This record gives sequence, C-alpha cells and structure tokens, in this order.
Amino acid sequence: MQATISFTPQLAASPITGILWLIPAVPIVASGITALFKQPQRKAAATLSIGTLSFSLLLSLVAFVHVVSGWAHGIAVRETVNFTWIRVGAANVDLGWILDPLSAIMLVMVSFVGLLIFIYSVGYMAHDENYTRFFCFLSLFAGAMLGVVISNSILLLFMNWELVGLTSYLLIGFWYQKPSAAAAAKKAFITTRVGDIFFLLGIVWLFAQTGTLLFYNHGAGSLEGWALAGLLAQPAALGLTAAGAIGLLIFAGAAGKSGQVPLHVWLPDAMEGPTPVSALIHAATMVAAGVYLIARVYPLMQAGALTGGTTTALTVVTWVGASTAVFAALIAVAQNDIKRILAYSTVSQLGYMMAGLGLGGVAVGMFHLITHAFFKALLFLGAGSVIHGCHEEQDVRRMGGLKVDMPLTFITYAIGMLALCGFPLLFSGFWSKDGILEAAQHWSVAKTPFYMLVFGVLLTAFYMTRQVSYVFFGYNRGHKTVHESPAVMTVPLTILAFFAMALGAIGTPAWPWFRAFLEGRAASFNLHGFEEPGLLALMATSSLVVFLGLGLGWRLYGNHTPKPEAPDALEKAVPWIWAVLRDKFYVDELYGVTVIAFYAWWARVADWFDRRVWGGVVAGVAWSFGLWAQLNRFLDTNVVDGGFDKGCEELSTSGGLLARVQNGRVQTYLRILALAVVALVAILIWSSRP
Amino acid sequence: MTPLAGFLLVAALLFAIGLAGALTRRNAILVLIGIELMLNAANLNLIAFWRYSPHPEALTGMMFAIFSIAVAAAEAAVGLGLVISIHRHAHTTDLDQMNRMKG
Amino acid sequence: MSFVFYLVSAMAVAGALAAVLLKNTVHCALALTVAFAGLALLFLDLDAQFAGFAQILVYIGAVAILIVFAILLTRGSETPKDGVYSRNWLAGLAIAAAVFSVLGWAVLQSAWTLPHETAVPTVTVHDIGDALVGRYVLPLEIVALLLTAATIGAVIVAMHEKGGAK
Repeated sequence: MQATISFTPQLAASPITGILWLIPAVPIVASGITALFKQPQRKAAATLSIGTLSFSLLLSLVAFVHVVSGWAHGIAVRETVNFTWIRVGAANVDLGWILDPLSAIMLVMVSFVGLLIFIYSVGYMAHDENYTRFFCFLSLFAGAMLGVVISNSILLLFMNWELVGLTSYLLIGFWYQKPSAAAAAKKAFITTRVGDIFFLLGIVWLFAQTGTLLFYNHGAGSLEGWALAGLLAQPAALGLTAAGAIGLLIFAGAAGKSGQVPLHVWLPDAMEGPTPVSALIHAATMVAAGVYLIARVYPLMQAGALTGGTTTALTVVTWVGASTAVFAALIAVAQNDIKRILAYSTVSQLGYMMAGLGLGGVAVGMFHLITHAFFKALLFLGAGSVIHGCHEEQDVRRMGGLKVDMPLTFITYAIGMLALCGFPLLFSGFWSKDGILEAAQHWSVAKTPFYMLVFGVLLTAFYMTRQVSYVFFGYNRGHKTVHESPAVMTVPLTILAFFAMALGAIGTPAWPWFRAFLEGRAASFNLHGFEEPGLLALMATSSLVVFLGLGLGWRLYGNHTPKPEAPDALEKAVPWIWAVLRDKFYVDELYGVTVIAFYAWWARVADWFDRRVWGGVVAGVAWSFGLWAQLNRFLDTNVVDGGFDKGCEELSTSGGLLARVQNGRVQTYLRILALAVVALVAILIWSSRP
Repeated sequence: MTPLAGFLLVAALLFAIGLAGALTRRNAILVLIGIELMLNAANLNLIAFWRYSPHPEALTGMMFAIFSIAVAAAEAAVGLGLVISIHRHAHTTDLDQMNRMKG
Repeated sequence: MSFVFYLVSAMAVAGALAAVLLKNTVHCALALTVAFAGLALLFLDLDAQFAGFAQILVYIGAVAILIVFAILLTRGSETPKDGVYSRNWLAGLAIAAAVFSVLGWAVLQSAWTLPHETAVPTVTVHDIGDALVGRYVLPLEIVALLLTAATIGAVIVAMHEKGGAK
C-alpha cells in the first residue's frame, strides 16, 4: 500500500505547460476542418489527422521529457495553469490543465497508440466510402481524450469526458445503415450516461462542498489537504464521509465508461464499429479513461485511510473490479466472434485495473493500464488484420490455419496474446498483472479478491489459447483464400508488439521505475528487489496458473479443426455451463425485462399523457379559439356588419325620404321659405311683447 | 287705429295677396307678377314709415323706396328674360312641370 | 283716415286680387297696372310725390309693359290643361293667410306705439337730388352698375342662340 505523497508544486509553470493546451486543441481543430472536407478529399483528411496527432505526440514527448528530467533531478513536477472561465456571483467556474507524471505518461501513451492506430486505419478503411468522416471523428476523439488527460478542473474533465462519449457513439455507429450498429451506439451512449449521472452528482457535490472545481491550485484545490480535511469532516449517509460518498459517485461514472459490472453491457456490442475504433477506443484509451479518472482523484478516494488501511470507496472499487474481472473472463470463454472475445477480455482486464487501483494504488493500476493499452491495441489490430485477410469474416469457427497464410499477423498476435495472458518474464503483461496480484495478496481487508484474480488469470490463458487455436491453427475452415495484410497495417502491429514486450522492463521489482516515477521517488536498478518476501513464490504461482490455462486450452482446442457447425469442445463437456456463459449470464435479458421494460412502459404512459392530457388541453384551447372565432364571425357579420348595413339602409331610406322635399318645383321652395319667415316673425313678435 | 297702422295693414294685405299669387299660380309670369306686388307692398311700408318718422327731412325712407323701385325694375327685366328663355327650351311656362332640380 | 285712403286702398287691393285670380294672363297684367296705379295714389296721399310719380313712370310705364310683352312672347303652348292653379294651391293659400295674419298681428300689437300725426314734410326734387349725389352716392353708383348688368344680362338670356337652339 502506498503512502500519501505530497508534491511540492513549482511556482511558475514551465513553457511546455504553458502550451500544453495545444495537445488536445490541435486535433480538435483538425477535426473541425476535416468536417468541412468533402468525402473525396481522403488524402487531405488522413494527412491532417495524422499530422496533427503527430504534432500532439511531439509535444507530449517534450512534456514527458520535461517531467522525467525533473524527476531525475529529484524535483516532483506538478505544474498547473488555471484560469477563470465564468464568474457567477461569488463563485468561479475555473478551468485549467496540469502536467505531472500521471498526465505525462497518459499523454504519451494516448498519442502514441492513437497515432499507430490512425496509420493502421489508412489501410483498413481504404475501401470505405466514408473515409473522410472517419478521420474527422477519430481526430475529435483523440483531442477529447487528450483533453481528459490534462484537465486540472473536474468540469473541464467532464466536458471532455462527454465529448469522448459522443465520439464513441459516432464511431460505434459509423456504419449507421446497419441497424445493429445504430442500436449498439445508442446502447453505449445510454449505458455510459447512467454512470455519468452519478459522476455529475459527484462533481456538483464536490464543488458545493469544497468551493472549487480545480484539482490542484497551490493548496486551494479540491484534492489538496485543506479541501480533503473539510470533506472528511462532513458526514454523508450510511456511515460514509462526504469524501467517500463523492468518491463512490465518481467511481460510478468511471464504472460506466470502463465497463465495470453492471454497466459493462455496452462494450461487447460496441464491436459493431470498425476494428480501428475498437482498438483505439475500446481497448486502449477511452475505456482507460475511467481508470485514469480514479487515478486522478485518488487522493479523494484515499482520504481518511490510515497507514496500511483502506477506505470504503477503495474497497468498493476493489470488489467491483475483481468481480468484473472474473465475470467477463467467464463469458469470454464461450464467445465465437473474434472481436467479442477480445471485448470481454477488455472488460476483464479493466476489472483488473480497477482492482489494482483499489488494492495497490495509482502506480499498480496505471502500470497495467499502460501495458494493456499496448497489447490490447495490438490484439485488436491483429484481429482487424485477420478479418481483413479473411474477407470480413469474423466468426472464429470459420477461420483456421492462418499461421501459414498470415505469418506476420500470427507472430505479432501471439506476442500480444502471451502478454495478455501474462506469460512470465518476457512480456509486459506478466509484470503488470503480478503487481496487482501482489497487492491483492497483501490486502488487509480480505483474501477473496486475490483468489478471484488468480482464477481470472487461468481463464484468460484458457480463452486466449482457444481463440488463437481456432484462428491460427488447424486448417482453413472458411471458404475463401486468405492473404496477408499490407504494410501500412502490419508495421503498426510490429511496433506495438515490440512495446508489448519491452514495457515490462519499467515495472519489474528490480527496477520499479514506473512506480517511482509516479510517486516522485528515486529508482535504481537493484536485483535485490526480487528478494521481497513472497514475491518469488507469487511469480512462480502465477506462472504455473498461466501454464495450466495454456495447457488446458491447447488440450481442448489446439490444432484441431472442428467443423463450424459442430459444438465446441467445452460445450460437449459441460453443456449447461456453456449455455449460461455463451448467453452472457443473461444480463442483457435481465436489463431488457427490468430497466428497459419499465422505461418502455414509462414512455408509453408519457406518450398517453402527452397525447391525451396535453394534447387534450391543446385541442381544448384550439377548440375554444375556434369557438371564439365563430363568435367573432357571428358578431362581425350580424352585429357589426349587419348593424352597419342597417344603419346605412336607414340613412339611405331617410335620405330618400328627405330628398322628396326637393321636388324641383320652385313654388314648393318658396312656400317653405314663407313658412319659415312666418315662424321667425312670430317668434320675434312674441318675444318682444312688453 | 292710427293712419300709419292703416297703411301698414294695407301693405300687409297686398303682400299676402302677392305671396298667394306667387305660391299658387302655375304660370311663371304670374309668379313674377306676385313678386312685383310683394315688392310694391314693401315700398308702401317704407314710404308710410318715412312719412310718420320723427325726421322726414332725412329722406331715408324715400330714398330706400326709390332704390327699391329701380332694383325691382331691373329684376323684372332679368326675370322675364329668363322666363322667355325657359319657354324657348321647354315650350311651356308651367311651373308644375319644371322639376329638373328634383332630388 | 280719410275717405280717399279707403277708396284708393280698395282700388289697389281689388287690382291685386284680380291680378292674382284671373284666368287670362293678359287680364292679370292689366289688373296689375290698376294695382300699381292705386299704389301710386297712396304714395301721393303720403306726401311722397316723387316716389308716386316714379312709381307711375317705372312700374306702370315699364314693368307692366314688359310683363305684357313677356306674356305675349310666351304664348302658344299656354292652354292650361289642369287649370291655372298649381296642384297644392290650398297650401299656398294657407301660407299666404298665415303670413298676413302674422303681419297683421304684429301691426295691431304695436298699434299704440305708432306715431299719430306729424307735420307734412316738404320734400323738393332739389333735396332728393342733393341726397342722391351726396349721402346716397354709393348706392346710386351701385344701382347704375346693377342696371347695366341687368340690361346686358337680360339681353343675353333672352337672345336667340347661334345655330338656333330650340
């Protein structure tokens, strides 16, 4: 268990930190420009995307070198640039970015793996007509993910988080004409949304409680001592402190993004997207965002833990992670789609990462994240190469014998597979997984996660052997001839394979550079590191388990060429277990019956309400308006018009009557004159009487 | 009854007769005759009042009457000229038939 | 009031009545002349000698003749089909009666305010002439203008139009 580290922040941000914002900004701008391109401008789109991501990689390397050199000189680098975006009364909405070992490593990993996948996509998507749109979305995703990594403000992180979710939706549903792809995109978005609601609650609570959105702000940040003390002092429900409750809420968001049980259901369906998408987003980077988030807010998760002990939040993280690891590995055993096996494998490995964070701290979980990024990307790209070579065939029962036809793919895929299984010593996966197992072994709360994780190792080796046997060994069960993929696809595979092996070196107990780097300590190469008690025994145990799994797999599947329609070997042995595993423990069906059915019912109720009640109100208003209009018309025609007409008629009639006075005869006029005179004179005389 | 009253009554009678003639006869010329009678009655009134006024040497009434005679003569000339002209157009002097100004 | 007054008044009234009531238009004109004469005598009775002779000269000597001429010029279609009186002659008569009654009433009402007897005024033609070009020169000129206009107007109105408009 690691001790709490306090970094001494440098007072002035270095130049690289000042321009750190360019790293996510440039790909996002490139995405915007690419959106304006027309579909035939493929070369331009690809060049722009790859060029900008290379630029981001360059800057990331510069930042990384800066941090490493700082570490080499004994300075723990944590540089932030913060600014106020909006002022609302007394509250400030602050944004900012941070450069510290955690973000530096993530920057390099994301941009490097991303760049390799971009280059791979040039070949893979060469025959797709929506090539330009693909690169637009890819750039947007890369920019958003890099934004998540450098955010020092939880709000900025959330904004980029949502953007990542959006691009995931866009890319999963890239072939939107396929109904299954559209449905999968929707499922991904909605499921992660469930997690995001809790995340948002956590953000709001954190902001309300600490008064700041920034993580690190020269002592005033929400992850720094003063704020954490305040959070610990505040009790929440169920015996948790505010810190623990907020930590759990944030973990809920991370669980959605990283596919922990029960929010894992979207990840396997997300394989509907193109394979580079699966590699980038659902293996290496986006799903790692959840793990990164927990690593970033680790001080919050860990707040209140006594030395050697743990907090409620971290315990929950551990249990969820371990459960996910085993659950997903079990399902992966019974899948037949090459990408789906890898998808469930990803879910399982994410469980490992979460468990690593909970059991052993940031370094343990992050190391597995980094190694997993490389070998999982490698496996996915290799699967893409296989699919491409088998002419879009994805069912492993229809493949076979590809080790002869696609040798380069086979070798790189084998390296990735062995790294995933954790084949001892040579492969990075072994070292990272052993770190987790070691932490599990020394966990103070319970030993069960350790046993679960070891069982998971067995299962991992087993199902990967199964997959490799089906795909590469035996004879070709498919109907078409197979060809190797072009260089633009195999070169990234080779590079990734190299790193899948070499990265182990930075995390061995002999030279725990990774852990030291993250924790700001010095590290030196020291073979005595292996002399830690129980370490060698653990290494031996895990190696044995791996060999056991490999052996079992080979025994059942190796070099056989079963017919595609024939039942699986394991299925023949334990048919009812097989059925449960193949049907993914019926989780989707459970959701369908409960959540989705409820939601559909609710939607029907709302629809009825809308149509009957609101619609009725609107119709009523309209009807009353109609009535009013009728009344108006009646009034207008009969009263106003009629009255007017009547009046005019009367006028006309009386005019006619009066006109008869003018009969044109002079004598008549004279008579009237005379009468008038008579009247006047009479009045005059009458009034002048004495 | 004073002499003046007598003259005034005679004048009133003549006026009424003239008016009756103007109002009841069909022929336009007879209407003009009636009008002349009315004018004469007024003249009589004027002279009578002049005769019995406090200062007859001012000659006001007499002058008025003389001017009235002159104007009446002019008016009779014009009026009769009009009647002749109308007769030329309508071939009649019957006032009952002249209702072109009917409204 | 003297016997002369009554006699002359009766003559004037009779002449007026005849002028209004007779059927033959020429007879009416002649009766009118008698009425004019009666009036002239009344003027003389009132010591307005100039007015009286002017009355004879102008009215009897010119206006009556003019009327006769006009009657003669507008004959032809003069056979009265419906009688000489207009359709509503009773209304006209009534109105005339009303007028007379009002006037008579006015006179009789104020009978006691009227002066009884004054000295006979001595008015010479010289005086009248003096007054005409002295005090009443403006009306004189205007009447001259009026007479000119009336003469010209009457000629134009009664003239045969060019081209013979019938």
